[in-house]
Amino acid sequence: MHRKKYPFIAGFLVLPVGLYVLLVIWPYLQTISYSFTDWSGASQNFNFVGLDNYKDLANDDVFIKALQHNALLLVLVPTLTILLSLFFAFMVNVGGRGGAGGVSGVKGSAFYRVIFFFPQVLSIAILAILFKAVYRGDDSGLINGTLQAVGLGDKSNPTEWLNDPDLVLWCIVFVMVWAGAGFYMVLFSAAMQSIPKDIYEAALLDGAGRFQTFFRVTLPLLWETIQTAWVFLAILSMDAFLLISTLTSQDFGGGPDHSSEVISTYLMRNFQTYSKSGYACAMGVVMLLLTLIVSIVTLRLSRRDRIEF
Amino acid sequence: MGSTPGTSGRPETSGVGRRDLIKRAAALGIISVPTMGFLSACASGGGGDNDKAKTVKKTKNNPFGVAKDNDLDVFIFKGGYGDAYAKAWEASFEKKYGGSVAHSGEQDVTGKLQPRFNKGNPPDVVDDSGSKKMKLDTLHKEGHLTDLTQLLDAPSIDDPSKKIRDIMLPGTIEQGTFGGKFHALFYVYATWGLWYSNKLFKKHGWKVPKTWDEMLDIMKDAKSKGIGGLAHQGKYPYYMNIVIMDLIAKTGGMDAVKAIDNLDKKAFVGNPAAERAIEAVYEIVEKGLLMPGTNSLEHTEAQTKWNEYKAVFIPSGSWLENEQAKQTPDDFEMTFLPLPLLPDSKMKLHALRTGADEPFIVPSKAKNVAGGLEFLRRMLSKEGATAFAKEASSLSVIGPEYVDKSVQLRPGIKTALAAVDACPVDERFNFRYSEWYGELDVAIQNATGELMAKRITPKKWLERCQAAVDKEAEKNPDTKRK
Repeated sequence: MHRKKYPFIAGFLVLPVGLYVLLVIWPYLQTISYSFTDWSGASQNFNFVGLDNYKDLANDDVFIKALQHNALLLVLVPTLTILLSLFFAFMVNVGGRGGAGGVSGVKGSAFYRVIFFFPQVLSIAILAILFKAVYRGDDSGLINGTLQAVGLGDKSNPTEWLNDPDLVLWCIVFVMVWAGAGFYMVLFSAAMQSIPKDIYEAALLDGAGRFQTFFRVTLPLLWETIQTAWVFLAILSMDAFLLISTLTSQDFGGGPDHSSEVISTYLMRNFQTYSKSGYACAMGVVMLLLTLIVSIVTLRLSRRDRIEF
Repeated sequence: MGSTPGTSGRPETSGVGRRDLIKRAAALGIISVPTMGFLSACASGGGGDNDKAKTVKKTKNNPFGVAKDNDLDVFIFKGGYGDAYAKAWEASFEKKYGGSVAHSGEQDVTGKLQPRFNKGNPPDVVDDSGSKKMKLDTLHKEGHLTDLTQLLDAPSIDDPSKKIRDIMLPGTIEQGTFGGKFHALFYVYATWGLWYSNKLFKKHGWKVPKTWDEMLDIMKDAKSKGIGGLAHQGKYPYYMNIVIMDLIAKTGGMDAVKAIDNLDKKAFVGNPAAERAIEAVYEIVEKGLLMPGTNSLEHTEAQTKWNEYKAVFIPSGSWLENEQAKQTPDDFEMTFLPLPLLPDSKMKLHALRTGADEPFIVPSKAKNVAGGLEFLRRMLSKEGATAFAKEASSLSVIGPEYVDKSVQLRPGIKTALAAVDACPVDERFNFRYSEWYGELDVAIQNATGELMAKRITPKKWLERCQAAVDKEAEKNPDTKRK
């Protein structure tokens, strides 16, 4: 019996594991080995340069800046997205009051659920075009145009949202949170719906308000889902390439003057514009390590006893 | 959510558990992968002699020995000039030599071609241009460029008694020479400077400015009438650098141009021409003469607003009119203007930046190198130049006499060509640093972006540019221009 089961299960695993190795593990291994070379990206000629690329990275001001921006995104995007979507999910599912002791969402919750999910339907390319129009720096921009129409904007000196070093990263964070909140609201909603209603009813009977219900009942029971969401969002913040590269200035984005630079944008500029592909691979390796560390740390730190119900 | 499948009561099977199996399978994968030979596959693998196209005996009419019915693969940068002209060339090539010509018109040149160069499977002809072009310098170092000297020595199609090298405008060969050999055919004869609408000028009674101060006066007058003085394509400081660099060149003469290209210790800081020029440019910013919001606009956005008479001047090259063809009102009267002068300038008012633009290359690893060379030769003919003038409304490096008289160029490009004609050949200039030193170019562009947004002073701009020059000089001890 055992002898037959082994090849049977292995048979199922050959294809997925093979694909995974070919499309994920193999490129990683290649990137790691290129990171020790001076590869230009344009041919098969390169020399082994040892750890030089990594030493250069440590002294590269732009790279350090990019790391700091990634760190900022890493803190802000998951925190804001999760808080916002938790709030929405709670209001849409159990935030309502009224009815004969029933637990339900606020009025019109079905409508909100659809509206909030809209951004998720749009691809990032469309998002970028949309927000390009929103943030446009002259009077044709949606924000500037609206501000000027109500007499708040300065016509001769409009806010150049994406060309302002103090604003550009916040503009990006806003788009990421706006685009992500809907999806995580649905994720949290699904999780909330699997919490038995009698727990809520019991809490209501004991006189718990919305606030207490949320922190004493909902949050602890959702912990695992939030943990997963955090890891996803953290990985998203480590990348953020498509959005930043389409919205901001410089080749592959990151402008003005590196003020929205993240590792991925600087990596691409080195890989393609500067023909420093070996150096870019070293950045890729650093990015991989950081993403791994962040995921592991998040999962470890947030580990709690599982509550069964 | 919340239920735990592991404890649901399903009996654990003995023997090889699920997890062990996964572990073993994964371990197997990890061991087997490195043995496949590191770095020999995928990203930089492949190459070798793929089946090259056949050639026939070389003759005077067929100097590269192109055989009939070979396929040709042409890759065109689809930017300001579009790619309709290339389709005309390709149709003509197909007609003459049979086979099929594959056409790609793209903007992201590096993204599409880097993997193909790596694999040793590049197209036969590449128009390597745009902000995502592959650096010619790198391609040359890697041995990817066919020596085009044989093209220079080939007979011209229209007059076989002349060689190709004799019909090209001056500077074209120098521009395409890397390491002493001619490797890239810069096909378009371009010029750079400021542009304005003559209709707007007539309406407000402005005269064409000869000095920087006259230009500032027009901008101030425009501002009082609610029009921006200068629009620029802020998201790409490349365009504003046309104004800054040309003003430096005209103020300081060829010495100032060479100082920057040669990575001189006094290219910016300690160079009076650079100092005066950047102060003059900053006056536009300081006096609020920029079109509001222009610092953050895409090139097409800024140019379209300029077409809507929201600004007087805009910097660009000779492709501007073609790029804006759809947005330009019929009575706009687009007009070219070489940069006005600061007092005591070394160059004259008519001096301007000209150069061959849009490099066409034949990759050395291409399948059909002979076909690629012949394609370039046919571009440098009356038929080729006429098709380009017709579809892109611009001139090629073999000049206007090769364009059929029936082709009417657009009015704006005619003013640019008149300005070029008015400038003696030895007073035309061009910068090379942006092509030679990619990182220096980016550093200067970033500094310009900051200056235009009033976040740094002219003094700081000079310091930043000088620091970038010094950094580049450290990496390249032997500078290229002697």
